[in-house]
Amino acid sequence: MNPFERLASWPLLRQLTGHDPLGRGAAVKSARTARLTARTATADRVVKSVCPYCAVGCAQNVYVRDEKIVHIEGDPDSPVSRGRLCPKGSASLQLTTASGREHRALYRPPYAADWQEIDLGTAMDMIADRIIATRGETWEWESDGRRTARTMGIAALGGATLDNEENYLIKKLLTGLGVVQIENQARVCHSSTLVGLGTSFGRGGSTTFMQDLQHSDCIVIEGSNYAEAHPVGFQWVMEAKARGAVVIHVDPRFTRTSALADLHVPIRAGTDVAFLGGIVNHVLSNDLYFREFVLNYTNAATVVGEDYRDTEDLDGLFSGFDEETRHYDCGSWQYEGAETTVAASGDRDEDYGRRTDQGSSVSSSGRGEAHGSGGVPLTGTPRRDETLTHPRCVLQILKRHYARYTPEAVERVCGIPQDMFAEVCRNLVENSGPERTAAFVYAVGWTQHSDGSQFIRAACVLQLLLGNMGRPGGGIQALRGHASIQGSSDIPTLFNLLPGYIPMPHAHRHENLEAFLRADAAEKGGWADMRSYTVSLLKAWWGPAARPDNDFCFGHLPRLTGSHSTYDTVMAQLAGTCKGYLLLGENPAVGSANARMQRLGMANLDWLVVRDFSLIESATWWKDGPETKTGELRTEDVGTEVFFLPAAAHTEKSGSFTNTNRMLQWHHQAVEPAGDTRSDLWFMYHLGRIIREKLAGSTDPVDAAVLDLTWDYPVEGALEEPVAEAVLAEINGWDAEGRPLSGYGDLRGDGSTACGCWIYCGVYADGVNQAARRKPAEEQDWIAAEWAWAWPDNRRLLYNRASARPDGRPWSERKKLVWWDEEAGEWTGYDVPDFERTKQPGYQPPEGATGFAALSGVDPFIMQADGKGWLFAPAGVVDGPLPTHYEPQDSPVPNLLYGTQRNPARMIYPHRDNRYHPGPGEPGAEVYPYIVTTYRLTEHFTAGGMSRNTPYLAELQPEFFCEVSPELAVERGLEHGGWATIITARNAVEARVLVTQRITPLRADGYLVHQIGLPFHWGPNGLSAGDAANELSAISLDPNSHIQEVKALSADIRPGRRPRGPALTELVSDYRRRAGITELTGTEV
Amino acid sequence: MTVRDDASQTDVRMDDDPRLRPEREAVVGSAGRRRGPGRGERLMVPRAEFRSYYGLPVLNEPTWEAHDIAGYLFLGGLAGASSTLAAAAELTGRPHLARAGKVGAVCALGGSMYALIHDLGRPERFVNMLRVLKVTSPMSVGTWILTVYGPQAGLAALTSVTGRFPRLGRIAALGAALTGPAVATYTAVLVSDTAVPVWHDAHRELPLLFAGSAVASAGALGLLAAPLEETGPARRAVLVGVVTEYAAAKLMERRLGPLVAEPLKRGRGGLLMRLGEALSLTGALVSQTAGRRSRGAAALAGAAVLAGSICVRFGVFQAGMASARDPKYTVEPQRARLGEESHP
Amino acid sequence: MAFDLDRGLAETQDPAASSGYPDPPERMGFFTDTSVCIGCKACEVACKEWNAVPEDGLNFTAMSYDNTVGLGADTWRHVAFVEQPRGLGGQESGLTVVDVPGPTVERAHTRTPVSLGMPASGPGDGQVGGVPDMDFRWLMASDVCKHCTHAACLDVCPTGALFRTEFGSVVVQEDVCNGCGYCVPACPFGVIGKREDDGRAWKCTLCYDRLGVGQEPACAKTCPTDSIQFGEVEELRERAARRLAQLHDAGVGSARLYGHDPDDGVGGTGSIFLLLDEPEVYGLPPDPVVTTRDLPSMWRHAAVAAGALLAVLAAVSWGSRR
Ligand SMILES: Nc1nc2c(c(=O)[nH]1)N[C@H]1C(S)=C(S)[C@@H](COP(=O)(O)OP(=O)(O)OC[C@H]3O[C@@H](n4cnc5c(=O)[nH]c(N)nc54)[C@H](O)[C@@H]3O)O[C@H]1N2
Ligand SMILES: Nc1nc2c(c(=O)[nH]1)N[C@H]1C(S)=C(S)[C@@H](COP(=O)(O)OP(=O)(O)OC[C@H]3O[C@@H](n4cnc5c(=O)[nH]c(N)nc54)[C@H](O)[C@@H]3O)O[C@H]1N2
Ligand code: SF4
Ligand code: SF4
Ligand code: SF4
Ligand code: SF4
Ligand code: SF4
Ligand SMILES: [Mo]
Repeated sequence: MNPFERLASWPLLRQLTGHDPLGRGAAVKSARTARLTARTATADRVVKSVCPYCAVGCAQNVYVRDEKIVHIEGDPDSPVSRGRLCPKGSASLQLTTASGREHRALYRPPYAADWQEIDLGTAMDMIADRIIATRGETWEWESDGRRTARTMGIAALGGATLDNEENYLIKKLLTGLGVVQIENQARVCHSSTLVGLGTSFGRGGSTTFMQDLQHSDCIVIEGSNYAEAHPVGFQWVMEAKARGAVVIHVDPRFTRTSALADLHVPIRAGTDVAFLGGIVNHVLSNDLYFREFVLNYTNAATVVGEDYRDTEDLDGLFSGFDEETRHYDCGSWQYEGAETTVAASGDRDEDYGRRTDQGSSVSSSGRGEAHGSGGVPLTGTPRRDETLTHPRCVLQILKRHYARYTPEAVERVCGIPQDMFAEVCRNLVENSGPERTAAFVYAVGWTQHSDGSQFIRAACVLQLLLGNMGRPGGGIQALRGHASIQGSSDIPTLFNLLPGYIPMPHAHRHENLEAFLRADAAEKGGWADMRSYTVSLLKAWWGPAARPDNDFCFGHLPRLTGSHSTYDTVMAQLAGTCKGYLLLGENPAVGSANARMQRLGMANLDWLVVRDFSLIESATWWKDGPETKTGELRTEDVGTEVFFLPAAAHTEKSGSFTNTNRMLQWHHQAVEPAGDTRSDLWFMYHLGRIIREKLAGSTDPVDAAVLDLTWDYPVEGALEEPVAEAVLAEINGWDAEGRPLSGYGDLRGDGSTACGCWIYCGVYADGVNQAARRKPAEEQDWIAAEWAWAWPDNRRLLYNRASARPDGRPWSERKKLVWWDEEAGEWTGYDVPDFERTKQPGYQPPEGATGFAALSGVDPFIMQADGKGWLFAPAGVVDGPLPTHYEPQDSPVPNLLYGTQRNPARMIYPHRDNRYHPGPGEPGAEVYPYIVTTYRLTEHFTAGGMSRNTPYLAELQPEFFCEVSPELAVERGLEHGGWATIITARNAVEARVLVTQRITPLRADGYLVHQIGLPFHWGPNGLSAGDAANELSAISLDPNSHIQEVKALSADIRPGRRPRGPALTELVSDYRRRAGITELTGTEV
Repeated sequence: MTVRDDASQTDVRMDDDPRLRPEREAVVGSAGRRRGPGRGERLMVPRAEFRSYYGLPVLNEPTWEAHDIAGYLFLGGLAGASSTLAAAAELTGRPHLARAGKVGAVCALGGSMYALIHDLGRPERFVNMLRVLKVTSPMSVGTWILTVYGPQAGLAALTSVTGRFPRLGRIAALGAALTGPAVATYTAVLVSDTAVPVWHDAHRELPLLFAGSAVASAGALGLLAAPLEETGPARRAVLVGVVTEYAAAKLMERRLGPLVAEPLKRGRGGLLMRLGEALSLTGALVSQTAGRRSRGAAALAGAAVLAGSICVRFGVFQAGMASARDPKYTVEPQRARLGEESHP
Repeated sequence: MAFDLDRGLAETQDPAASSGYPDPPERMGFFTDTSVCIGCKACEVACKEWNAVPEDGLNFTAMSYDNTVGLGADTWRHVAFVEQPRGLGGQESGLTVVDVPGPTVERAHTRTPVSLGMPASGPGDGQVGGVPDMDFRWLMASDVCKHCTHAACLDVCPTGALFRTEFGSVVVQEDVCNGCGYCVPACPFGVIGKREDDGRAWKCTLCYDRLGVGQEPACAKTCPTDSIQFGEVEELRERAARRLAQLHDAGVGSARLYGHDPDDGVGGTGSIFLLLDEPEVYGLPPDPVVTTRDLPSMWRHAAVAAGALLAVLAAVSWGSRR
């Protein structure tokens, strides 16, 4: 710039000569300002992606410039999120690019004081050696005389944050290696959902999709804090609200969801079955149910056998209970007339557990979850009473069962005033029926109880009675947790499942494929084709090695002998049988119940591999975990060898997430991972490659399964990253010629098709990645069928046949979705019909029909063996055919409805470090007088690894706090903003105190119940550190799903910080002593 | 590259009836139970007199450092008034007083410039002050005033000390004398032109207070530096200045009313104001009595007045800060104003 | 003075046009409807992420869920949380106040009182009971720079760092600002702040760079419930009025608009709010006035004072020979 120009650009001169004499605008604009452009506009490319945090699955645009990510924001084309992101999604640039991440592979030799850096290749090699060695040492051909072909020495945990393709390789490789203890967050999160929804409707996925909530006339959000945990999904509640819907939030706390609701109903944590049972009673006793719907689409008319005894008769127990084993034999719950009801769990060798004196058996192995897609198998034709009057028909049984769930009882049990309860009933009933629909939305406020599956079942019963299933604006929205937790259940990194909810075989029963299929496949409904699904899976895994003559390598599958859930793994670690542990994106040292036990278990391992973004608590407990502070562990005494491998973020790899809509969305790689960071796909693929190379040529039968695996995925780029689409293609499946299959109807049981996960069959139809479809929302209708791909068969609203009357016409114009087109002779509508397209409404199955053909034209629940929604579950739920109110394991309140205090079939793990509290009325109960409930905050994510290291999130909720009512604060002298110590028999934590009227004390039958709210996101590492709420929780599990009870537990609270060092342990044991706790406390039936 | 955006209202509804409302029109609580009349939103506790957000200030507290900006207020006043007094002294044949004023002015100016620049977050960008001339910005206007005043004051002092170029020196001294009052008073506008309750609401009296204070301090400097026989104007300046300062302060307090004047009476601000007043009044008294006779007493009086003037500037500064910190000084007068408007 | 300052200050409603843009685009701004805000703070994060605003401290405040406290150099969007014992339209909170047993209260009295830490909080110590069915609501509101029609910050800025854009917004030019800090006390809303380590003043830019390429601001774009609506100020003003009527009809009598009135002390703002309580409850001034409205008067008083100073010093020098 020459001096003259410089003078001319002098703002003062421009001020004097231009239009801006006061020098406020144009005149004073600087050259830099004039050049300013948005970095969205200067980016080299925009990469389509999906938010890595929660299961809403918001679409993201990732802006890349000079091979660096410069910005991430919402993709407005998405029909789910419409371009919006919550604070976590908005912080994902920081998550992926900021300093919180560790980029080096690290190694901690046994007994070492600190990490050392390690070459990634060396680490991979060492890990492969450890796996081979441990597997060799612990290999088990049989157990108790039955072939198991497995190792119990190795376990893996994690998967909900990973891509479907990654989960697929984890499950495939580890199963090939004979590992059965493969688990992920789905266990601790929504496993009870699979049971609850699966047994009731035939599939364990959310029955609807979030966008459809806009059509609801009444939304009951219960057991979910929708606005906080799924903020972007909550826009659909607001859409409904704008159109006049009533929004009801039933929650112990007044939350950000309540703040936007019409009615907040405070409920005592853990009493939802009583509340929902009360509504069921209201509906039944006042004849308010949707009769035509109930009669045709549910099993209300089905007659139950004479042997059945209800909780009414047995004071809280159903018939068939064995006190000793704590198991139900569900033989007496069966339908009449179906002389051979093959019941999933009931029919299983009930004596196995007894015989082996093991306490855990098939019925405790989470079989219920196998209803994630496909209901309980059933044979025969049950007897029906179309008048619904037979005393043993389901409807009448239901009436009797819930008769005592009166409004007074609800008030006494739940602390909900009767007028408020009446208000909920009124809204629900008024907004159900042909013209209107009501929806239920829940999440882990329901799932995480020792009878969590029954919480969900209760909602299923109610929604079926009100006729709200399969219809727009209705249904039960299970809000899943992590970005791909639905996917990690579908392609399960879960011990008890194979892809597509095919159960894992059991040692004592499933000796060969035939026996396996005979036991588990149904004759009628969608499950009748189980052979095709199973054989195609075996073909996908073992390829040419899987032949008809060798049972398609069915024998390669390791066998279960009971529960091998993540909590059993912890016990196994403590017992020393499990020696090696792979943590693939999960943080049990913070996120799992009884966090202390999780760490003590890890301290007993030979080796541990942690793959994560940052040095989470589960990776560093040996040097700075709480036990090193109390002196229980000394770093130099801890022999665990620890590998830390940094993981690639969602922007650094391609793959698919399955969101809570059951929708697979593809995220594309934007940049290469830096340093030693690698995708989990890379890790699993190369780990498998190295192990197979090391074992190559082995003739040891132990190695056959892993050497027979098909493991030849193409790799690309300098890092030799496996091509994720190639894995997706395998998941989708191909025919004998290698052509992609277009839907699970194409699958064959003769070995001519291969398919890695039958319910995902079609996601790669025509060789096109359907999950990557991104037709803008405004170019399609509200269903947005061409945005990504949902299972099954791209249906968005399940059981949508029920949106039409039995004769095929819509129930009403207002609520039409799918209907019978008489002229075209097929089902049609907005969504893909969840029904055989050309099956007439009047169709009656011929005698002896099997599969779908065995279901009539009015059977909307096509995965159920009888095509009906199950009000009463004759099998599939191990703790009772009907939801019944029990108190949580640790509850200060007696069960006011029955003499049975707790869920009699719950799973408990008495252990020195896992003591339970005395029940109400027992001596010592008053030592833990309050109820703790744990939950999430919008600003943080789960165990905190993805938010406590992210400055923009950490600053929003910087410290662990507890929420208490002013009344409790007065009672205990807690100071707002000060500190409190919360104590259970397991441990004690300290938290800042937030006194708030949002927590209200409840009256439960004369008891004044104070609740304490604890967000569970904190742990000792990261920018924002604090105690973990899970120090307090115990391992006590729902028997169906093995989910832990972290939503309601008793505790004490007192002002001030907790003691440090050994004094902490003393405080906890002092409390235990005062309460007189022994190994028997709380373990009674 | 084109960027598509703003599709946040994608129509994804079952039927696209335009009468259907978008989600942003959701009315929370619309479907609650019918309630008795007046029940819906009634307050459970009687409306307290004054409400705020957790007692947090409405305003962001000025980032100015007291020693910089309050110091600047004082030094600017001292410089400006000293230049004027110096010229007057020179014209009326009081060379010592004149020199003292000129040198004093230039020292004060230097100090004030240092303070001003020191307080900048980016001192190296001080020159950006000269990018524009904004009549709406007292700081901009002040900068230009200083730009005019500074060289003249400097020249005046230089010539006076060196004794060279006396004609030029006289012209410069006159120039500085005429711009000096602006230097001394614009600082009042500088602080008044903010949302800080005490400063803003005092905008009518503050210039007078600053002027009085400036006159007093210039006089005080004279008392300190000039021989007794030349201190007549200085003594009188002290008297008038102190009285004006005091009167303006009282007027100001009256104007602000009991609430907003509080920070001038209590706390650190109040303390400084009281101290300042006491020092100034004492100094003025001494200057008119013993100070007429004794050089020492005059100097003492001068020092007291200077100190008083400093205290008053710091007092005003601190009172302003305090009024910004407590939301009641912002909210209550505004509430009262709104009340007046609705019930005139 | 060369300009007619009074007139200059009483700008039109088209601030861009009066700031030297001959043919400016429509004035753009926000309508933040706090009645649909879910307090998720996505706006805070999106703003920081887009503008690379630094994290500003991990401080637990115990102010409900607000730990970022207020607007400033490092928080350009701020979400306020207010818990109140007061109803919201027909909403039922379901909350109660339970009688605390006498002895408990007695015991509590012997301790230091428990601070409930919320404005106009519920029953204090010893006052428990008597209100079984408590009215309650939880207000959340996202605050931002008002982009005032008469912006004091801009007026007082001596360098021209703060300037009016063609969209009518008020923006700091980071290459010009010298950190004089004048804008900070000038803003009647407590919006702009000076960043400690870098010495400059920072605040919301209305995403000037994004507007330039036809994108909406990051905060508005991300807001999950459309509580933050971005658009032409004129249209938003009408929308706000409609929305207010809608809420009043629905019985939400406490709804009111803020910043919508062109006749208010700052000439109306470019960020209009729908609030559910008085502004000061959210930390907003109830009747803000742009300080420069009084500037002409200030200059006049200063001129008089300067004249008096001159006169006095002349008088004391010439008035007497001693
Ligand atoms: N911001 C954010 N979003 C998340 C997550 C996160 O960590 N942070 N995590 C994701 C994951 S993994 C999941 S699983 C989902 C979970 O989503 P949510 O289930 O909504 O999350 P929570 O907060 O654990 O629990 C929901 C509510 O249940 C209430 N509650 C507790 N006990 C009971 C009870 O007995 N009955 C009833 N009716 N309610 C009860 C709690 O008060 C809480 O408000 O969120 C996902 N989204
Ligand atoms: N008390 C209590 N406890 C609970 C709950 C509760 O409500 N209350 N909720 C339960 C629920 S629902 C859940 S889901 C669990 C969650 O508990 P966890 O799953 O243990 O918690 P996260 O922090 O989500 O752990 C996931 C880890 O995966 C890492 N990660 C993310 N992406 C990747 C990736 O691509 N590769 C790899 N290798 N790692 C990755 C993250 O950095 C993070 O550290 O907590 C459970 N625990
Ligand atoms: S965390 Fe969930 S709601 Fe938030 S942006 Fe990501 S996917 Fe969407
Ligand atoms: S005066 Fe304050 S609110 Fe108005 S534009 Fe300036 S910074 Fe924003
Ligand atoms: S701090 Fe910067 S923006 Fe603020 S007034 Fe000074 S120069 Fe202008
Ligand atoms: S408009 Fe831009 S700068 Fe302003 S608050 Fe929103 S995101 Fe931040
Ligand atoms: S304004 Fe929007 S983004 Fe901000 S907190 Fe409220 S709902 Fe969330
Ligand atoms: Mo979860």
